[in-house]
Amino acid sequence: MKSLTGVIIGTSLAQVGMTVAALLAGVVALEVLVWLVAAKVLRLRNPLVPMLLAPAIVGLAALVVVPIGYEVRLAFSNMSLRRFRNPDFGLVYGWNNLTSIFTDPVLKQTMFFPLFLRTVAWTAVQVTFHVVLGLLLAILLNRKLVLKNLYKILLVIPWAIPQVISCLTWRGEFHYEYGFVNIILKAVGLGAVQWKSDPTGNWVAMNIVNIWLGVPFMMVIALGALQSISKEYYEAAMIDGATGWRRLRSVTLPLAQPILTPAVILGVIWTFNNFNVPFFINEQELETSDILVTALFRAAFEYNLYGFAAAFAIIIFLILFAFSAFYIRATGALKSVRG
Amino acid sequence: MATHGNILRRVLLARVNGENLWFRVLVNGILIIACIAAVYPALRIFSVSLRPGDRLLSTSLAVIPGDATLANFRRVIIEKDFLLWLWNSLLITITTAVTGLMLAATSAYAFSRWRFHGRNAFLVFLLATQMIPAAMMMVPLYIIAARLGLINTYRGLVIAYSVSSVPFSIWIMKGYYDTIPGSLEEAATIDGASRMYTLWRIILPLAAPALAVVFLFNFMSSWNDFLLARIMLQKPAMLTWPLGLQRLQDQFRTEWGAYSAASLLLAVPVSALFLYTSKWLISGLTLGSVKGD
Repeated sequence: MKSLTGVIIGTSLAQVGMTVAALLAGVVALEVLVWLVAAKVLRLRNPLVPMLLAPAIVGLAALVVVPIGYEVRLAFSNMSLRRFRNPDFGLVYGWNNLTSIFTDPVLKQTMFFPLFLRTVAWTAVQVTFHVVLGLLLAILLNRKLVLKNLYKILLVIPWAIPQVISCLTWRGEFHYEYGFVNIILKAVGLGAVQWKSDPTGNWVAMNIVNIWLGVPFMMVIALGALQSISKEYYEAAMIDGATGWRRLRSVTLPLAQPILTPAVILGVIWTFNNFNVPFFINEQELETSDILVTALFRAAFEYNLYGFAAAFAIIIFLILFAFSAFYIRATGALKSVRG
Repeated sequence: MATHGNILRRVLLARVNGENLWFRVLVNGILIIACIAAVYPALRIFSVSLRPGDRLLSTSLAVIPGDATLANFRRVIIEKDFLLWLWNSLLITITTAVTGLMLAATSAYAFSRWRFHGRNAFLVFLLATQMIPAAMMMVPLYIIAARLGLINTYRGLVIAYSVSSVPFSIWIMKGYYDTIPGSLEEAATIDGASRMYTLWRIILPLAAPALAVVFLFNFMSSWNDFLLARIMLQKPAMLTWPLGLQRLQDQFRTEWGAYSAASLLLAVPVSALFLYTSKWLISGLTLGSVKGD
């Protein structure tokens, strides 16, 4: 038992304080350097711009660009726990990693393509549910209701709770005997389900949790989109005799679409990359519940195959990148960046 | 309050909207069911945390157990490492939220006020970093951290978290700076103020709402992080709360009462903060996309 003692408080404060002091010293040194180069060597008219940008650029370079470069290098190595200090680098190792991703099981049994298809199915199911339920709730909320504010607060709660807590709690509630899910199922006359050990049960459990977690975000975005639609469009549609369904299809959806599209792209990326839900709900580490990113985590930190995992990570990123590029080009979602 | 005329008008309006009484009952019914589905799983944490030690494994669905007790809270605070985890998380999170904010606030100002070579490419690069799966960065970060001796240090996490939300923060800050008219700085410059002085004394105070959103966003994202902490920290004295909770909920000897009490203590303040600030957080989320320029 390590409780919170004065010694721990003291050492932790000292370590964090030293880190902050070192960072500040580094920033000051960097600023002086940038100023010297920009003002004295390059004789820029406005040395303030590079000085303002330098700390963020150095930080991003150190924590995004360098690691990605290092990952590419690792992908061409056979680094593992046994060969942690002295891995071999070379094209042949890169080729080996690449071929073993597609021809050997990624973990123990699952091959890459089933894993990939499962991830795509997971993303499609989740985003569909999020959008449909989120839009439905938003449409229901977008009217005069006595308890509107209360509904809104209660419905956002799954988003507000820290995700780790939600996932761990849900996992506990999938307990065969004492979890509320099975208790309710039994109470209404359905049989209890083995949520943790049965592959299908676990897959469904994962999906339930993530629907619960993801709907509030879409609901909030959709509600914002609906509220931005002027009432006049609906009045005009009603004068033309449009029914409720027709108004939804011809007024609501087309006008909400510009706001919903970026949210859907974000939703796809978040779901595809979702780590917490498949990792925590899959307590017994069934390979049938892994998606690409959890398989990547296990390959790296449970099987300790760092070189293989680096190559695997790059493949996952390329898939996501291809999707985003295609989607952005198709919808023109990044038009606003050009300024 | 409502006169007859008023009621009549409202009924007519409801007719026009096609909303009769049954429709309203249906709408409210669906919303109430949705609310129960949203809230009940969260309430379970509350009810389990109140159960006495010998009745943790119970098949009751009641929210407040008949023999409610606070023993679990006492236990988790006194016998478990709860306070230690909380301290570690708070220390790391507050430090990184402040450093991340400073990095973003200064560089976003440059993006908002000046046009320079590579500006647009850099802004797109910042957006692109948001597409990188967190799990993808773990392998190189872990190995670099191990090589530099940063595993099991506060140092490693503080540095990593400080930068992780910077791209998103820059977008929010830039969007907000763009709404502040440049004539303010011109006036200050005519009065002889330096650009840094203007940023510090005029622009940053005006950007206080955006600074608050960015601080909160940074705070929430490192406060709730599991993955990076899981990789960087193994020593029991170093754990942040997500790692601590995971240990409490061990597969073979879950201490349900202690787990639920700890979860409740952690979830209530953070969720309340989130609900209270969600309006600004959400406007911040959309700001980056709307205020493109």
